[in-house]
Amino acid sequence: MPESDAPALERRRDWRELALGYGIYLVLALFVLVMALLSPNFLRPGNLLNIAVQASTVAVIAVGATMVILLAEIDLSVGSVAALSGAVTAGVLKFAVGGAAGGVVGLLVAIAAGLAVGTVLGAINGVLTVRGGIPSFIVTLGMLSIARGLTLLYTGGRPIFALGPDFSVLAYGRLATVPVPIVILVTLYVLAALFLHTTQLGRYIYAAGTNRRAVALAGINVDRLKLGVFALAGALAGLGGVLLTSRLDSAQPTAAAGWELDVIAAVVLGGTSLYGGRGSVVKTLVGAIILQLISNGLNLLNVQAYWQQITKGGVILLALLLERSLRRARGGESL
Amino acid sequence: MSNQGPLLELDGIVKRFGGVLALDGVSLTLERGTVLGLIGDNGAGKSTLIKVVSGAYQPDGGRIRFDGQQVRIVNPRYAKTIGIETVYQDLALVDTLDAAGNIFLGREIVRYGAGPVKVLNKHAMQRSARELLGRLGLELPSSGTEVGMLSGGQRQSVAISRALYTRPQLVILDEPTSALAVTEARKVLEMPRTLVAQGVAVILISHTLQDVLDVTDRIVVLRKGRKVADLDTGATDLEELVTYIVGSERTRGAGYA
Ligand SMILES: Nc1ncnc2c1ncn2[C@@H]1O[C@H](COP(=O)(O)OP(=O)(O)OP(=O)(O)O)[C@@H](O)[C@H]1O
Ligand SMILES: [Mg+2]
Repeated sequence: MPESDAPALERRRDWRELALGYGIYLVLALFVLVMALLSPNFLRPGNLLNIAVQASTVAVIAVGATMVILLAEIDLSVGSVAALSGAVTAGVLKFAVGGAAGGVVGLLVAIAAGLAVGTVLGAINGVLTVRGGIPSFIVTLGMLSIARGLTLLYTGGRPIFALGPDFSVLAYGRLATVPVPIVILVTLYVLAALFLHTTQLGRYIYAAGTNRRAVALAGINVDRLKLGVFALAGALAGLGGVLLTSRLDSAQPTAAAGWELDVIAAVVLGGTSLYGGRGSVVKTLVGAIILQLISNGLNLLNVQAYWQQITKGGVILLALLLERSLRRARGGESL
Repeated sequence: MSNQGPLLELDGIVKRFGGVLALDGVSLTLERGTVLGLIGDNGAGKSTLIKVVSGAYQPDGGRIRFDGQQVRIVNPRYAKTIGIETVYQDLALVDTLDAAGNIFLGREIVRYGAGPVKVLNKHAMQRSARELLGRLGLELPSSGTEVGMLSGGQRQSVAISRALYTRPQLVILDEPTSALAVTEARKVLEMPRTLVAQGVAVILISHTLQDVLDVTDRIVVLRKGRKVADLDTGATDLEELVTYIVGSERTRGAGYA
């Protein structure tokens, strides 16, 4: 083999490295461009904020999902858990703390109840995965069904309406000029990115997703780490459910059905490896926004909802294939 | 902390995996500041025995005394606490972390923390890692490079540095040279003697019998989970070792080295 091949090889690696690192931003730019061409109103700040608000519920849940997937686990129950949390918040708000008369304290109690439900269900996912030794894929598939059933039971299959103006602040309020969901979203992503990249526990999440055994041998309790991350993912699914309930001003028994797909799609589009150990939570946010752009774009083009589902599934598979082939070509990755 | 008597004494260690009796009553003694070679055929139980000592496995029977005290080495963290560090056969490195990240895995230097959330001091870890490797005469691959990208010898250096960081009393090396080129292997083989000079005791597992003869003080031979020989290195030779490894039925096994 002639020596001149070596630099060429290097260059190709660099190109792949760049694609893995920054490709997602290129894709985002591309989608923004396409949308701007499709609709003259697209680039108006109001519309952009609107898209971010629409993406926010899935994006909030995807923070937890990113951490779960970094650990080489999966959580399929987030949609159902979000629905149950939203329903419990709505129920407590309406029937237990006196609705609008309950004031801020009542509101906080109701929200805390919803988040607590999410946390507990997430912790149960974690315990069954870690102690029960059942793959999280199966555990959370079971939880998907259980939480949806509980939601239907709790609501009697009927929506819980009219939750009052105070509660709608969560979805429609503004802090200065910024919509509250965006404030929540940005805060959450900043915290999550700091947590993952600057703290010890964040490092353990990446490390345990790469080589569980090595991390355990270093004296770190990987089981407890996983349990904590599942509980956190549950809490964030709960938060997503509460935000959705506020946006709809009602808890729908079928709310957030199928959201596990959108959430996992956002994470995967963001380049986080389903094999664990590699990924970035900030890119998950970009992934969630791209998904929202796809939905909006297809709506603008009057594409049938059925086709939208097909497109979304296709995008996930495509993103996975691309990521996989880039990584394999780059090397340094053991299957 | 008592400072006379043997550092490590194993007495009748038994370990089963389902129907497999991996260790069948193994006893051995390791004196302070010496190198013990642990040899035997594939599946003889070498890795299992050192995993019992490093806390990765719990024995089904037998007693362990370390530094004059009877101990139950309940997990790897406890082993480290009492001064036992292990470099595993597969190195147990996290490929997506860099050298410093691996050296400090589980004992990161933190700036400040609130409850379980502690902020890493990456700079301090890089600096200490470079110092440590320098002291061992090893080179640190540039910081930030994932160890998954390093050569076998560099990975080995990282794994050994990690084991030495806490200045342990006992270092266990499980086939440290098996994946290395000859020059890299030479360098790694100097490690046991360097360590002993610093007062550390070493258990070395290797299939390269000449290396074991070169660097150890005593040699223990395992066969099918039992100790079949416990020899003074100065009083044995390659041929005798091979005889013990393969067993009497295949005495004078040809080509084993
Ligand atoms: N985790 C395990 N589960 C089941 N059996 C095991 C396990 N670990 C080891 N064994 C069995 O125990 C026996 C001893 O294995 P061990 O790995 O200790 O051998 P070894 O002497 O280190 O061999 P090698 O030279 O190939 O590394 C083998 O029969 C092996 O198959
Ligand atoms: Mg072995």
